[in-house]
Amino acid sequence: MASMLLNTMRAGSVSPSWAVRLTACYCLTFLSVQTKSKKTLSRPGVKNIVLVEGVRTPFLLSGTTYADLMPHDLARAALQGLLQRTGLSKDAVDYIIYGTVIQEVKTSNVAREASLGAGFSDKIPSHTVTMACISSNVAMTSAVGLIAAGQCDSVVAGGVEFMSDVPIRHSRKMRKTMLSLNKAKTLGQRLSLIGSIRMAHLSPELPAVAEFSTAESMGHSADRLAAAFGVSRVEQDEFALRSHTLAKSAQDAGLLKDVISFKVPGRDIVSKDNGIRPSSMEQMGRLKAAFIKPHGTVTAANSSFLTDGASAVLVMSEEKALAMGYKPKAYLRDFVYVSQDPKDQLLLGPTYGTPKVLERAGLAMSDIDVFEFHEAFAGQIMANLKAMDSDWFGQTYLGRKSKVGAPPMEKFNLWGGSLSLGHPFGATGCRLVTTVAHRLQKEGGQYGLVAACAAGGQGHAMVIEAYPQ
Amino acid sequence: MAGVRALGVLSRFTSRRYALYSARTHVNYEVKGDVAVVRINDPNSKVNTLSVQMQKEMAEVMDEVWANNAVQSAVLISSKPGCFIAGADINMIQGCNNAEEVTTLSKEGQKMFERIEKSPKPIVAAINGSCLGGGLEVGLPNAFDMMLTGRNIRADKAKKMGLVHQLVDPLGPGLKSPEERTMDYLEEVAIEYARGIVSKKIPIHKVKGSMESKLLLNYVMSFGLVRNQIYNTVQSKVMKQSKGLYPAPLKIIECVKAGVEQGPVAGYLAESQNFGQLAKTSESAALIGLYQGQVACKKNRFGTPQREVKTLAILGAGLMGAGIAQVTVDKGVHTVLKDTTVSGLARGEQQVYKGLNDKTKKKNITSFQRDSILSNLTGQLDYSNFAKADMVIEAVFEDINIKHAVLKEVEAVVSPHCIFATNTSALPIKDIAAASKRPDKVIGMHYFSPVDKMQLLEIITTDKTSKDTTASAVAVGLKQGKVIIVVRDGPGFYTTRCLAPMLAEAVRVLQEGVDPKKLDALTTSFGFPVGAATLADEVGIDVAAHVAEDLGKAFGSRFGGGNVEVLKTMVDLGFKGRKSGKGCYIYQPGLKTKEVNPDIVDIGQSSDQDSPCYRLVSRFVNEAVLCLQEGILINPLEGDIGAVFGLGFPPCLGGPFRFVDSFGADKLVEKMRQYEAVYGNQFTPCQLLLDHAKDSTKRFHM
Repeated sequence: MASMLLNTMRAGSVSPSWAVRLTACYCLTFLSVQTKSKKTLSRPGVKNIVLVEGVRTPFLLSGTTYADLMPHDLARAALQGLLQRTGLSKDAVDYIIYGTVIQEVKTSNVAREASLGAGFSDKIPSHTVTMACISSNVAMTSAVGLIAAGQCDSVVAGGVEFMSDVPIRHSRKMRKTMLSLNKAKTLGQRLSLIGSIRMAHLSPELPAVAEFSTAESMGHSADRLAAAFGVSRVEQDEFALRSHTLAKSAQDAGLLKDVISFKVPGRDIVSKDNGIRPSSMEQMGRLKAAFIKPHGTVTAANSSFLTDGASAVLVMSEEKALAMGYKPKAYLRDFVYVSQDPKDQLLLGPTYGTPKVLERAGLAMSDIDVFEFHEAFAGQIMANLKAMDSDWFGQTYLGRKSKVGAPPMEKFNLWGGSLSLGHPFGATGCRLVTTVAHRLQKEGGQYGLVAACAAGGQGHAMVIEAYPQ
Repeated sequence: MAGVRALGVLSRFTSRRYALYSARTHVNYEVKGDVAVVRINDPNSKVNTLSVQMQKEMAEVMDEVWANNAVQSAVLISSKPGCFIAGADINMIQGCNNAEEVTTLSKEGQKMFERIEKSPKPIVAAINGSCLGGGLEVGLPNAFDMMLTGRNIRADKAKKMGLVHQLVDPLGPGLKSPEERTMDYLEEVAIEYARGIVSKKIPIHKVKGSMESKLLLNYVMSFGLVRNQIYNTVQSKVMKQSKGLYPAPLKIIECVKAGVEQGPVAGYLAESQNFGQLAKTSESAALIGLYQGQVACKKNRFGTPQREVKTLAILGAGLMGAGIAQVTVDKGVHTVLKDTTVSGLARGEQQVYKGLNDKTKKKNITSFQRDSILSNLTGQLDYSNFAKADMVIEAVFEDINIKHAVLKEVEAVVSPHCIFATNTSALPIKDIAAASKRPDKVIGMHYFSPVDKMQLLEIITTDKTSKDTTASAVAVGLKQGKVIIVVRDGPGFYTTRCLAPMLAEAVRVLQEGVDPKKLDALTTSFGFPVGAATLADEVGIDVAAHVAEDLGKAFGSRFGGGNVEVLKTMVDLGFKGRKSGKGCYIYQPGLKTKEVNPDIVDIGQSSDQDSPCYRLVSRFVNEAVLCLQEGILINPLEGDIGAVFGLGFPPCLGGPFRFVDSFGADKLVEKMRQYEAVYGNQFTPCQLLLDHAKDSTKRFHM
């Protein structure tokens, strides 16, 4: 209710005066916003880059309604949704960048296939990037880079992941035999090659679920991380339950406005995420450990699930957006990428990225109104929160005098997160940024922070500033 | 079991000077809910050993745990990260005056294990790190459930073997240091596990393998004939490997046999009695001596060097050079490997890669660790980047002129603090250093081939070598995992000087018509791990010829024996040993067996001889003692370590100096005098040996 009122107030407010807006916000929403005069992060000589719009397909459990598609189909749907939502003409962007993790070999530059399929002009170049779970963050920051460097004015960035079908290969031995078979000239050579095929050649090779450098699966690492920070099973289940509950109420309240409807070829129209399932602590408590058996604490219920989905955002220079008549949603400000030990600190990206990006932006933790962290595992989020709240960790591993301080839960992932909404690896970054923009608008905050961990021990954090309404 | 314990004795014991007899200091416990957490912590040592005090306190604590009705189960854990129980206390065994005392100790230990094994309450042993010898027994009994943490593959293996029931992964940093938190976590999981056993949620025994095969095995084992056959097979295997020189493995078979055939009581009795006897054998004393020497030679008595060696350059990518690179690059040291030809460099780099790749295949390291280790290796043909080197080790051809040339080349490009180490087996360091502008930075580092397998490093200092240079060389060697002896400069230093007369004698034996296989069999049955003929092939006939000639010039007829011309003829014929495919034997790639080189038989005329082993050994030992007499060696301990770890002197004899002590200097001198009469001055005992022969109270080791 409060927020509805706020929106009304805002809509009616003619003057974009900060004082009026913030007072309104303070009175009506009871957010713990410290209403010291927050200045804009705009800097002289640095281009203002804005998020014009962000959309995503519904995120579905893999193997459900999207099962028969291909990755570029999903990306295409997101791009079409963006076109529709913004009314952008199909030749009005300068570049398209997509992030993805597991590449379909036929469409390895999925950005190009999707943009052609979505009807974008074939004169728009597009490329694909990958950085595990922060791939679409890289797509967005690459867009920011292109605009900041003056190479482009408007760029579409996005991400896609399609886990219903992944490339499963023949074994290396078999591949070698088959490739030699191509080159074999005589029947005799071919027959002897075929004759060399043994049972062992036939065992297929699945895409690695394990970290290549350490051979440890991410769930296993998350379990060890949770244990290292003393995160209990109950804490993890509680956090997962919170995520599902908040996602459910956000979905019910119609807050997830970034979700577009998608008519799946041969199937129905999909317009909702299907992984949101608030359960009870008892039900969750019955599950067995999924990775470290039997004494582990990470279960299927407190981990993010395999998801199909795609997202897209339109990023422009502020000038261009205004010139084209758009009302931007937010400014994309400072961002950082961090990386650390892929063995024991695989999922601590947010802990390293958060203080670093805040420092760059000249902000304190208390200045942030909206936090959107990628929830890979409940145990991972809790471990990151504990790491940020630990003086010992701050001093020993972050080289700080004291702790970073944990984000307050009342500002944290209030519309659910990857645990409940789903986590299509390559697409999550855009969802986080769009959600921050939407929450800033809804809650009336000024600064938002996105942080995420990624395989390889990497991480990302970005500060987003609300666009004056 | 005694064998397992003996293994612990050999590999893991640290010296503990005294035990405090006061209130409980070694074992304590705390009750957490219904689980007693028993903590083992030897306050006086880095590792826990099964000392008298430990055993006594353990018994007391277990009595209290069993008596406490609130306690349903117990967790046994060490407070030391990285060590559960390393085995029996070596000093305790050494402190015993006779076999009976050791037997009594052993019985006490057995009693403790038996009681723990029969514990009415489930006990979970939570093991983090080494668990050896008696420590393994604490974990092993069937009544136990065990856990283990460890970074290496051994933990997985233990699980596969069924030694442990559950693995706990080590943790990374969290709210505490990884080590601390891992210990806490292990304890938490163990407590949970203990409760699970009590509530029957976790079954204790998991049947491994199919029931049928077990039944079949039991059935077959019920026949005495089958069992006897097994004992015999094992016994002959042991005999083949140990040549009967090490009594312990045979006694183990005896104990197992007693246990199986006559029941556990007889088995335990046999075990404790045999253990007592074994502890007081000369072999035991020799091996304990070697262990202690090894510990002493793993310390840097020259202090911490001013500068840590972060970049090490190696000249020459041959077997030696690449071997040195192999043991350096995986220690986080940036290693530059330089050769003069592309093919030589490629061969050397491949050797380093292969060494690491073999470890990957054995799953000791991951392919990623292999790659990241290799990223520390730079192969090159020129002297670029040598300015960054903190130390240069040259392993080029053994020719003083070449050595001088590279020394000058290196000094022209390196920074002033850079140390120049030369890897030579015989050229005096001072001769090499003569070409140097800064002889204080020149030192000898004599590695043994194959470098990645041989533990010894002989460091040679000249009068001009600075103390810091020595400290730095020792530090590098220790980093490379070497056991180090530091000796004074002289022709052949210590090791080559001892080896040369022995090989000269071996050649004479061959010339007398003993064929290489016979010579090998004779020397290995004396305890040498590698027979004298094979050793000559491994060292290289050309190297042996070279050394024989050089040392012959330096020391005169004492280094005579076999005709040097014979060696030279062999070299001329291309029989340079293993590396050329032919030496005393013929080597074929891929083949493990080797045939005697038929052409070599012609070099001698046949004659009848009694065992020539003492001829070989007495010349070796005499030269070693002479090295001590002349001050090449600092002490007999380093002499023993050098001989055993570098030259394969029989470990059961403990080294040349311990051999003199145990064999008797007077008896040795007597033997040498006999040989002297036949062969001449090569067998003339040195003064120090004569002194020891005259006065039987004089000993090299106390």
